[in-house]
Amino acid sequence: MSVSPNAMKAKIVITPKKAVVDPQGKAVQTALEHMGYTGIGAVHVGKYLEIELTTTDREAARQQIDDACHKILSNPVIEDYRFELE
Amino acid sequence: MNFAVLQFPGSNCDQDMVHVLRNVLGHSARLLWHKEKSLGDADAVFVPGGFSYGDYLRTGAIARFSPVMQAVQAFAAQGGLVLGICNGFQILCEAGLLPGALVRNRSLQFRCEHVFLQTVTKDSPFTHCVPDGKLLRVPVAHGEGCYFADEETLARLRANHQVLWRYVNARGEATAAASPNGSLDNIAGVCNESRNVAGLMPHPERASETILGSTDGRLILESMIRALEQRATARAA
Repeated sequence: MSVSPNAMKAKIVITPKKAVVDPQGKAVQTALEHMGYTGIGAVHVGKYLEIELTTTDREAARQQIDDACHKILSNPVIEDYRFELE
Repeated sequence: MNFAVLQFPGSNCDQDMVHVLRNVLGHSARLLWHKEKSLGDADAVFVPGGFSYGDYLRTGAIARFSPVMQAVQAFAAQGGLVLGICNGFQILCEAGLLPGALVRNRSLQFRCEHVFLQTVTKDSPFTHCVPDGKLLRVPVAHGEGCYFADEETLARLRANHQVLWRYVNARGEATAAASPNGSLDNIAGVCNESRNVAGLMPHPERASETILGSTDGRLILESMIRALEQRATARAA
């Protein structure tokens, strides 16, 4: 299957909200410090998603991805999200 | 009573739940596959533990959009009793049927052990048969059971007495060490504002037979059965 030259991709980053305890981030931070890396502050472990889009309608894609991020891809109670289309 | 026990790809406490309802408590119980669109004549619904849809994305995130969960939403909106256990609790939170969310245990460890639960209020169909002061000894088995809600939601939960169970030590004290997961306020289980939907991380179905070391979990299930009987009596009168 050939990929349309106008095909877009949504690149989505989901991170835990600051108020939510992030034991993974804390564990990674501690590990980095133990390894001798200096100047390490708080670490936040989140998720990265790439979604290939078959539409060329940028605005429609933006609305749909935003809706999906809010409804299923992230949980607004504990996570923030941001995304870009390219 | 007729009970429905939901079954998602990855559920693994569904058979235990049916066993306890049928063989221990003597009621009718059937499994309901996630693609079902109707709950039939169910008097109450159990959302069992496991790893629905492999816990992909987030625990419970995908299960909440299954056809059967749409039926559960409608059932709950009409006042039907729904209890979510472990992954079931996570699903009900994702579905917005319960406030808050469950995140990774603070220890980062999967914890599999017996805990003590304090019943915070008897004012619910899930707790009204628990004797005053009785601590429930029930097992947990989870990696993501740390209850989180923002300050505003927590304040509302406290004001409305929606926290049903807290983790405590054998002396009934809600210490940090008594909690297996680091939940805010040692919260083990909550209910919705209408008090007909509840969820908890511990497994009452694994503490319902003497051979398993504790029968304290039955107090939760029997509370529900009694509540349903009282509803039926009230309807008949």
